[in-house]
This record gives sequence, structure tokens and C-alpha cells, in this order.
Amino acid sequence: MANEAQFEEPIQRVRRRLEELKSFADSPARDREVEKLEDKLQKVSREIYENLTPWQKTLVARHPNRPFTLDYVRILIRDFVEWHGDRSFADDPAIVAGFGFLGARAVAVIGHQKGRDTREKIRRNFGMPRPEGYRKALRVMKLAEKFGKPVLSFIDTPGAFPGLESEERGVAEAIARNLLEMSALRVPIVATVIGEGGSGGALGIGIGDVVLMLEHSVYSVISPEGCAAILWKDQARAKEAAEAMRLTAADCKALGVIDEVLPEPPGGAHADPVATIDTVGRAIDGRLERLVLLPVEALLEARYAKFRAMGAWESA
Amino acid sequence: MWFRKDKIPRAPRDPKTTSSLGEGLFLKCEGCREALYLKEVERNFRVCPKCGFHFRLPAAERLRLLLGDAGGQPLFGDVRPTDPLKFKDSKRYRDRLKESEAKTGRPDAILTAKGTIEDVPAIVAILDYAFMGGSMGSVVGEVLTRAAEQALAERVPLVIVTASGGARMQEGILSLMQMGKVSAALARLGAARVPYVAVLTDPTTGGVTASFAMLGDVTLAEPKALIGFAGPRVIEQTIRQTLPEGFQRSEFLQEHGFVDIVVQRAEMRATVARVLRLLQTA
Ligand SMILES: [Zn+2]
Repeated sequence: MANEAQFEEPIQRVRRRLEELKSFADSPARDREVEKLEDKLQKVSREIYENLTPWQKTLVARHPNRPFTLDYVRILIRDFVEWHGDRSFADDPAIVAGFGFLGARAVAVIGHQKGRDTREKIRRNFGMPRPEGYRKALRVMKLAEKFGKPVLSFIDTPGAFPGLESEERGVAEAIARNLLEMSALRVPIVATVIGEGGSGGALGIGIGDVVLMLEHSVYSVISPEGCAAILWKDQARAKEAAEAMRLTAADCKALGVIDEVLPEPPGGAHADPVATIDTVGRAIDGRLERLVLLPVEALLEARYAKFRAMGAWESA
Repeated sequence: MWFRKDKIPRAPRDPKTTSSLGEGLFLKCEGCREALYLKEVERNFRVCPKCGFHFRLPAAERLRLLLGDAGGQPLFGDVRPTDPLKFKDSKRYRDRLKESEAKTGRPDAILTAKGTIEDVPAIVAILDYAFMGGSMGSVVGEVLTRAAEQALAERVPLVIVTASGGARMQEGILSLMQMGKVSAALARLGAARVPYVAVLTDPTTGGVTASFAMLGDVTLAEPKALIGFAGPRVIEQTIRQTLPEGFQRSEFLQEHGFVDIVVQRAEMRATVARVLRLLQTA
């Protein structure tokens, strides 16, 4: 991973010099130099991040320090209570679900969850849910419907877990069921792609009245590596696949798949998680404010029409 | 006998349809390894008369199997693909589309018609595996959505027969969104209590399985069809061991609770008609 994010090296260089300088004794000269370097850090970060290739964005979307769902929950959601388990088999730590307050409004929150350190990564299965994760999310969404709470969904997964037990317990059925249920859920849903929008595993909690996407996150039908392995017969050509697939936030907006691209700070979400989370929080709140005013039938009609229009075809 | 044995429709003897089984007079069965007389296999809707092995059935023959020789009234044949991503891998997507159209005579991987299954009116949509592996792009999504919407408007049951490698990579994220689009249309159909029958055939994987294939009021599957979300090779790479015999086959899915009935091809028409009568009769 370290050498894959090589494009960040100039930023890291300035950052290291800045740290070094800050450890020196206070002096007007030092302060001037610090200020200059801070400007430079902004400038270098902006330059690099304004020109990221689709593959580089994929790496940023997977950055280990990128804010994850629970980071958003910690900052945005007051009094969060997590619900556990799908009532059929198990609790899946790769998806978190619960209720809390966004401002004054009680909301349900569902989201993929990756781990920060090795132990946590394994516990969260690298953010790859098993069927029970989707079923837990559905259970909480049906509760949200029952009690009239809007649903916030945070998308950040490489995909559903492609393992033996996933198939045995019907991960395809679990995702399909969520698509069907979410399309008709009688409360507003705001989905936000905060990192990796990996295939059906992402869409399985991704149907919404509004779908937002962070600037450097990605959303795709298959990973660039997977696409390269199948179409180019060579996983190493993931870079080319990423170019061809049109998986960036700007692409998804242009293709009519998402509603809004949310800007990230210079240097990406991981350079300033708090500012990023604040941006996301304001965007969701603004959207919810309008969605909750809609009569349910109008909400559902608009949600249907939104997905109904997706795709590109010609007909007589 | 206390039950009625439905008459099995005879497969058409169309020389044009023989190519997918080979050009010679004989072929070797993948099930029992016996040399089979090609014509005999074709007459039997491509089921081995010796061991019952189900060869893949071309979409047009599937339509006749379900709707009879007339094949019903074709629907939505005018919906055509575009190339929204200007996609190119080793080949241009546009060229792949042209080749597949030349091969199948269809603009995309779906064949839809309205007719009667025995005496039960139905809209039938069949994924065509011969067209880019039956993959679901915008056209498949749009046609299935239209089929579900027409089924709803006319209150006629919907039958979808799957044979697909999943979402079509060449249309990127738009293909993924078809899963949501079709599922939403099925939600409306279901809310209106119009029956939807999913018929799963070999192979059914990826985004097709994770959407409409798993949403039937009744889920039928042909014997030994591969049905799954992730492909077997991807799973083997994940778990780093060989998969057990029969894994992700129809019988495995039935055992694990995801398929209602494993149905022999010769019984498919009668079975679909029977369940529709059961669901529709007051
Ligand atoms: Zn045989």
C-alpha cells in the first residue's frame, strides 16, 4: 500500500519538514518559515489532489486513514446506540447499524465498517459483509420505517465477502431483498459513498432518495483489479481498468447515478477528517430537511423515478 | 392416476439451432460421457436421454419450451444498447455488441414475449447467455423493468428465466444500478399481488443473482445449475481451498433454503403453470 500511494510523497515530504521545524525553539524566523511551509503544504496537496487519476482516487478511497462510518457516527450522531445481530444467524461487524440524533432529529444509521489496525481489520472482515450484515441493516431499516425515522447509509466496502459461508447463507438473497425493500421503504433514505463503493456489496445498502459521494471516493460494478483480471486477463492492468470504468464521483454524477459530489479538503479526507465529516454532515442535514417534508407517496414516487431513469439505451 | 401428467411439448427441429451443440451427428454428454445422437438430444430440449444431463438451452428454444411453438407475442425488441462509457478493453464494446447481435439476432441479452404457459397468460423474459454471457447492462435492466411494469398494468404474471454471468462490466456503474431498478419494479409488482416466478438456469451469478433471481414468489431451478453470487474461482482464491462437490448447484441452494423446487426441463412448463394457477385462483 505504501508504495502504491507514491503520488502522496511530495506532500509527505513537506509535512515531515514542517514537523521537524515545529520541534525547533520558538522564534519569529521559525514562525515565518512554518507559515511558508504550511502554505506550501496546502498548495502541493491541492495540486496533487486536483489531478488525481481514477486509479489514484481508488487508492485514496481505500486509504487506511480515511474516515470510516463510525468516525462519522462519533462526530455527527449524538446518543448513538448500536443494534446488533440479524436475528437469524449472527452479528456482522462489517456493517454497523443503530439509532441516534443528527442535530435534533432522531435517525437510523447503517454503514459498512472497516478496521484501522490489524486486529480490527480482521474483526471487521475488511469491511466485507456476510449475509447477516445486510439482514441486520434491513432489520434496522424496517425499525426506522416502523418508528418514522429517516435512514442514513454510509457506503465503504470492497464488496460483499466472497466466501463459502456467504454463499451458504445466501448473500445474493440478502442483497436482493435489501434492494427491493429499500426501494419501497416509507421513510427518507440518504446514502453517502464515503470511500469504496464496491459493487453489489455497496448497493445492498445504497438505494436512497438522495445519493451523495465524497470527491475522492469511487463507486463501481467491480473492482478495477477484478475488471482487469476478467477483461484484460491481467490483474496488474487495474490502472487501465480504473480509467475505462468511469468510477470517480464526477463520473457517477455525469452518468446520473449520484446526486451530488461533496468536496474533500486538499490532501483528501484523511488529511482533515473533521472538516470532511462536517461537510458530509451538513449535506445530509440539508437534504433531510427537505425530504422529511415530502408526503410518503411523493417520496416513493420520486425514488422509483430516480432509479427507473438510470441506464443508457435507445428505443423506437 | 390421481395426478395429471402434462404433455411435454416437442422441441422444434430447426437446423439453425444445432450449432451450439456442435456440428457433427454425435456429441459427447458432459454428464455420462456417452456419445449421443445430436438430433435426439435436440428433440429432447437438450437433455441427455441417457443420464438427464441438462445442456444449456438457447433463449429462443426456452421461449418455445414455455410458451409453445407460437412463442407468444414479442415485446420490447426495439430497446437497443448504446456505449455510454465508450468502453474498450482488448476489444471495443461497440464491436462486441455488433458481434453478439450478428450471432444471436438480438440487440441485447434478453428475449421477452407475452403468451400463455399452458392456459395461463404470462409475460416471459429470458436472459440470453449467448449474448455476452447473458450479462445485464442498461438494456436488460430496462426491458425487465418494462416487463414488470406491463405485468403490473395488465395484472399478468411475470416469469423471468436467468442465465447470466452478472452485471455487464462494459457499462460500468450503470449496470450495477440495473439491479436496483429491476428490484424496485418487482417491489411494485409484488405490492400489487401479481405473481413473479424466477426460473434459474445454468449459470446464474453476480448481480443477476443478487437482484431479481432471488426475488421470486417462487424460485425454480433446473437440475445442477450453477447459482451463486461470487464465482467459484473467486471463492477458491478467497478461502484458498477447493470447493466441495455440488457447491453452488441448484440442489445445494435448495438444501440451504434459497430454491423452492429443482425442476427437470421437461417438467418446467407444467410446473410454472401449476404454481401460477395455485397463486392466482381464488
Ligand atoms: Zn448423459
